[in-house]
Amino acid sequence: MRKLFMATAFLAASALTAHADDVKEVQMLHWWTSGGEAAALNVLKQDLAKEGYAWKDVPVAGGGGDAAMTALKAMVAAGNYPTASQMLGYTVLDYAAAGKMGDLTETAIAEGWDKAVPAALQKFAVYDGKWVAAPVNVHSVNWLWINKAVMDKIGGTEPKTFDEFIALLDKAKAAGVTPLALGGQNWQEATMFDSVVLSTGGPEFYKKAFNELDEESLKSDTMKKSFDNLAKLKEYVDPNFSGRDWNLATAMVIKGDALVQVMGDWAKGEFKAANKVPGTDFLCYRFPGTDGSVIYNSDMFGMFDVPADQKAAQIALAKATLSKSFQSAFNVVKGSVPARTDVPDTDFDACGKKGIADLKAANDGGTLFGSLAQGYGAPPAVANAYKDVVSKFVHGQITTSEEAVNQLVQAIDDAK
Amino acid sequence: MALTTATSTKTSSTGESVSTKSPRAWLQQALPKIVLAPSFAITVIFVYGFIIWTIYLSFTNSKAFPNYVLTGSRAYQRLWRWTFESDPPSSWYTSITNMGIFGVLYVVICLALGLFLAILLDQKIRGEGILRPIYLYPMALSFIVTGVAWKWFLDPGLGLEQTLHQWGWTSFHFDWIKNKDFVIYTVVIAGVWQASGFVMAMFLAGLRGIDSEIMKAAQIDGASTLQLYRRIIIPLLRPVFLSAFIVLAHMAIKSYDLVVALTSGGPGGSAWLPSNFMYEYTFKRNEMAVGSASAVIMLMTISAIIVPYLYSELREKNK
Repeated sequence: MRKLFMATAFLAASALTAHADDVKEVQMLHWWTSGGEAAALNVLKQDLAKEGYAWKDVPVAGGGGDAAMTALKAMVAAGNYPTASQMLGYTVLDYAAAGKMGDLTETAIAEGWDKAVPAALQKFAVYDGKWVAAPVNVHSVNWLWINKAVMDKIGGTEPKTFDEFIALLDKAKAAGVTPLALGGQNWQEATMFDSVVLSTGGPEFYKKAFNELDEESLKSDTMKKSFDNLAKLKEYVDPNFSGRDWNLATAMVIKGDALVQVMGDWAKGEFKAANKVPGTDFLCYRFPGTDGSVIYNSDMFGMFDVPADQKAAQIALAKATLSKSFQSAFNVVKGSVPARTDVPDTDFDACGKKGIADLKAANDGGTLFGSLAQGYGAPPAVANAYKDVVSKFVHGQITTSEEAVNQLVQAIDDAK
Repeated sequence: MALTTATSTKTSSTGESVSTKSPRAWLQQALPKIVLAPSFAITVIFVYGFIIWTIYLSFTNSKAFPNYVLTGSRAYQRLWRWTFESDPPSSWYTSITNMGIFGVLYVVICLALGLFLAILLDQKIRGEGILRPIYLYPMALSFIVTGVAWKWFLDPGLGLEQTLHQWGWTSFHFDWIKNKDFVIYTVVIAGVWQASGFVMAMFLAGLRGIDSEIMKAAQIDGASTLQLYRRIIIPLLRPVFLSAFIVLAHMAIKSYDLVVALTSGGPGGSAWLPSNFMYEYTFKRNEMAVGSASAVIMLMTISAIIVPYLYSELREKNK
């Protein structure tokens, strides 16, 4: 018995002394598990390994972001923080407001993040003057992904306005191709509607309605017209669209069963995985009428308030995440663009180069807006209420655009 | 550990003749209580404790994380208003009407089909040993597997409709799973497919337990087969009905996974059940107060149905 006690005491003591040194390990919660994403993340693992930090994934069952967020909530509630976690938009601010996030401000100033990272992104990475997250990339949502072979067959050209877009879809319909590949899940419908609103109402309107949640704008005729335009687009969807996953919709475009998909630039990863080349196999255009503006969402690594002995690892992770070499290498694979505007675009393909240039222009011109559908326009409660309304409109529970607008105002009001 | 010792000291102080008994006898007396204590404590904390916690949260303004400042019944007021928003349907209205449709159809069809299959199998047919496990087998699958299999089978572009089109019956049309008005019935179909075999097994056991003397007596008295079943056998199966009803009712109420796997919520959220609503609001939308309130309403509804039923059934038995 005594021996047992001594052994336990010895073990406990040795565990304590081990903790006195810095922990050479980064614990990371993320849901980048698919082939391309995992490969992209490997770059970061190797960068950290060079500095002597081991990488440890926090396992999440289920794969999707929802499961990961539920797991994170449980971990944080139990006081068991990972070094960092992949997080989106308002989630970072929620955790920061609850006092769970660390402080990276010193590193941020030393590394010049405040100058390099677009101001719109800093809104989510900085809470109360403190850097709490390291942005990994910027995705933009207002893209068209077009199968070039189908485009050539129907003799289409790049649509510059919404009406031209409709004309193009008509051509595809006449040629017997499904014009618009859409997955009928609420976030996909709402993601497309983000672009429709920007196209219909212009940048100022989008900002007022979807970032500032201005009730007048939400109720306006422009918003009604946006819903009417969404109803028009719905005419070009195949009857079997309901519930389809986004990557299956992308596959329809890749295979040439459909002409175009309106989707964020993560769709490019699917084209690349199928060995398709931008410009020769597929085309990327901005959603008609939204050139010059970028609706973004961004993956961030939220940095938690970890114990002092894990701080060094956390800072190493943050530095590596925002290093120019990682930003370039990661985003070339992921399909997104770097979260800092001073990364050279030499390694990127045509779509990536356009994305980088567009982001810089939008950042300078003040037309870089958070996507409401992706949780960067308003807190999750509002974003989900919005997705409900758009989805109910697409699937026919809400039948008129007046009704849709009323529902939208009511739902957002409820959720505030 | 502390709990078990606490319980054991309590039992020893209440037992009068502790000092005179041998330790072995004492242990024999106390052992069941010691063994039960941990599970009792766990149930008290994790079931009843959390019920109370959920009720408390539903009166707060909790968003992403629990917040313990009481702010009144705003969450209930919102749910109450949503209860009557039928055009266009609010998510809560959809959830509770779906619960009604799904709950009633699932329980009734499972009971009817299960009884029917059991009666047929009870006719001393050959091959019963093979048929019984075939009907029972779906129960061995999880709701997720059932959901995914039926999702593919019912998908107009992959499953039944596509296959019949390829065989030449091109006018065949079955797109319930994509249709906001019918998607909940596909959940019923998949649920019934899974559970009716199990209900059949319960009824079959009940039928085999009926004394054959009673049936012979009825037959001698000139009862037809129909009368035999309607007047004698089915009334005798009443306890089986109770068990089957309770099993089915709780499966209906908790069938969150089936909806997710089969329809991922359905077009525009039209396949939601209250459990989906609760999960969505609590964990995805950061509206923990509303989620908790909906959970409390679910609990009250279930109690309102089950408690009187159990009470009347059990009281009758006691008489």
